[in-house]
Amino acid sequence: MRWLSQNWETLLQLTASHLALVLPSVVLSFLIAVPIGWAAQRRRWARDPALTLVGILYAIPSLPLFVLIPVMFGLGLRSAANAIIVLTVYGTAIMVRSAADAFASVPEDARLSAAAIGHSSWQRLWMVELPLAIPVMVAGLRVLVVSTISMVTVASVIGIQNLGTLFTDGFQRGIVAEVVAGLVVTVLLALVLDGGCILMARLLTPWTVSQRRVRGASAWT
Amino acid sequence: MKNTHRITSARRVRTTAAVITIGLALSGCASASDLESPSDSESQTIVVGSQDYYSNEIIAEIYAQALEAAGYDVERDLRIGQREVYVEEIENGSIDLFPEYTGPLLEFWEPDTAARLDQDVYDALVDSAPEGVRILDRSSATDQDAYTVTRGFAERYELKTIDDLTDVPEPLVLGGNSEGENRPNGPKGLKETYGVDASFAPIEDGGGPLTVKALQDGDIQLAIIYTADPSVQKNDLVALEDTRGLFLASHVVPVASEKIDAEAEKVINTVSAALTPAGLVALNAQSVDEQAPASTIAKQWLEENPVS
Amino acid sequence: MDLIQQAFAWLIAPTSWIGDSGIARRLSEHLVFTVVVVGVAATIALPVGVVIGHTRRGTTLVSAATGAARAMPTLGLLTLLGLGLGIGLVAPAIALIVLASPSLLAGAYAGVQSVDRQTVDAARAMGMSEPAIIRTVELPLAAPLILGGLRSATLQVVATATLAAYTSNTGLGRYIFAGLKGREYAELIGGSALIVALALLLDGIFALVQRVTLRDPHRLPVTTERHHP
Repeated sequence: MRWLSQNWETLLQLTASHLALVLPSVVLSFLIAVPIGWAAQRRRWARDPALTLVGILYAIPSLPLFVLIPVMFGLGLRSAANAIIVLTVYGTAIMVRSAADAFASVPEDARLSAAAIGHSSWQRLWMVELPLAIPVMVAGLRVLVVSTISMVTVASVIGIQNLGTLFTDGFQRGIVAEVVAGLVVTVLLALVLDGGCILMARLLTPWTVSQRRVRGASAWT
Repeated sequence: MKNTHRITSARRVRTTAAVITIGLALSGCASASDLESPSDSESQTIVVGSQDYYSNEIIAEIYAQALEAAGYDVERDLRIGQREVYVEEIENGSIDLFPEYTGPLLEFWEPDTAARLDQDVYDALVDSAPEGVRILDRSSATDQDAYTVTRGFAERYELKTIDDLTDVPEPLVLGGNSEGENRPNGPKGLKETYGVDASFAPIEDGGGPLTVKALQDGDIQLAIIYTADPSVQKNDLVALEDTRGLFLASHVVPVASEKIDAEAEKVINTVSAALTPAGLVALNAQSVDEQAPASTIAKQWLEENPVS
Repeated sequence: MDLIQQAFAWLIAPTSWIGDSGIARRLSEHLVFTVVVVGVAATIALPVGVVIGHTRRGTTLVSAATGAARAMPTLGLLTLLGLGLGIGLVAPAIALIVLASPSLLAGAYAGVQSVDRQTVDAARAMGMSEPAIIRTVELPLAAPLILGGLRSATLQVVATATLAAYTSNTGLGRYIFAGLKGREYAELIGGSALIVALALLLDGIFALVQRVTLRDPHRLPVTTERHHP
């Protein structure tokens, strides 16, 4: 409490820096992963290689990647771009699988009906597949958002400012309240954005109220 | 975190660091000194940097606030990670003022240096600084690595210097950051310089609370802890005297670019003169005990030690 | 690239593999630690998940709790636990159990919950006890999702077990911390490559087990539908 009363400005600043890294990473991951997931689902031969590749990406420990990416791309070690690229790599790895599952969840009947009433494949994608994929897609987005918020803290080890800075600084100074504040705010931030995702899904898919609970739960695996 | 790296292969590391910091170099302002006339130096902003180490951040804040009080525009770029990142930024002129430590910085620039004592280290550091980088007056305040034991352990075996460790009958475990394992002041250096056998336990908190706890729990007997760390006093730890120069003397020293003019230099040298060893420990203790942010601690210190 | 070549040279040098901090020893430490952590986490999380899935109570609570656990930064948790528990393997083990639990829990309860209610009611009508329903009806049908949860938990733990080296002399993470802080980037890259290889190996084993013993989870609804024409 003592730490908090004297350092709330720092806390707010770091929360803002945290979000400035998380939000672009989430948006980029989503935009990259959804087309890959769709392609992986539509072309059966692409599914296994694509999912294996994202599996490999996800298995790379994050700390070394924060050092290797700048060497590979000629970026500053503590530049925001470095953190965003690393987070986008993991985010894409998480989201591709969810996106593939989401398109798989679209009932074959619905696609065939859309074709029968004369929709082109683009119209089918935009008007039928994408809306019907939203519930499972959002469940994946929730995992993406929450994981990214947690993972960005590792970047503090190499000097990129975010809420994880409170862990390294609190650890050096032996201030437990600072570490706890970092943990609590990170988790709160995740819960708030997670709630935002749920709300968005509810607004976008008013027809799935009764199914939501089961689907949301199963997509958490 | 304060770095006291010794480089084994300086050239390769510098190359890597150069690659790492290309982006930083590109974004850094080109403060080429030959383009800069003395008259407009006042209108230019001085960039003050600091390590990702709370004690270093406080000193940087003191520099920044002292310069602001003297009428300079200051931009803060604090809590930059490790030495291999920010030294490049100092060298390419994107940072103008940085609190450093004489010993570790000399080891960074000259890994094979033989200098150990305060004055020798300072002189060698002034000589080794690359062009465009100036070493200002050093402070009497020190913050350096030291082998530290608990009071109980020191009394049981009557330890005062590192030499005394040779008579300890029980097996010794040295705890420190993992890079310490192969450093000259790690187990190998301890064996070579003092003939003391010790195994190594990596603890990645730079001599922080986890290391202190491991000492107190008896998981390790020896730890590398910074001498200005308030936990030394608070936990009644004993730093063993380094009679044979395993560690380089390490005083707080400002590293400056050409943008620091004579007047600014005077302000910073006044700060260095006023910063005492006990004063530095007190600043650190304030950070750890009162949990105040660096800016607040620096402000209080400047009120007690006016520079202009 | 130069660094990649150096990393490769480090990986294939016989001297890198032997000794107390050799690759052979670090690799086995990493593997054993991962298996123990996932084992303990599964012992705790799977029964809880199965019971929740069976009773269909507390799913909102579990959903929130797993969300929070997922958001819990392992590094922060580890520093906090380390301050209380000191150095050694206990603090990283607990932090990793917290990391592994959400996937395991979610896999178990979503798996059991996905079992057709009519199938469960039919078993109940036949007079089966609740434990028997769980054992003979729900668990076999939930197995694909449970195994899926186990698989992703294992992947997460094997990559994050790197952090065990933060407080102890264990595992492949030692190469990463030593490489990062001592600027031995070849070792850093080599160590990372070993972790990725280990993760792929474990993932491959899971894929094989899933293929051999289980039906494809996506086909499950079709097969159950056949019983209700």
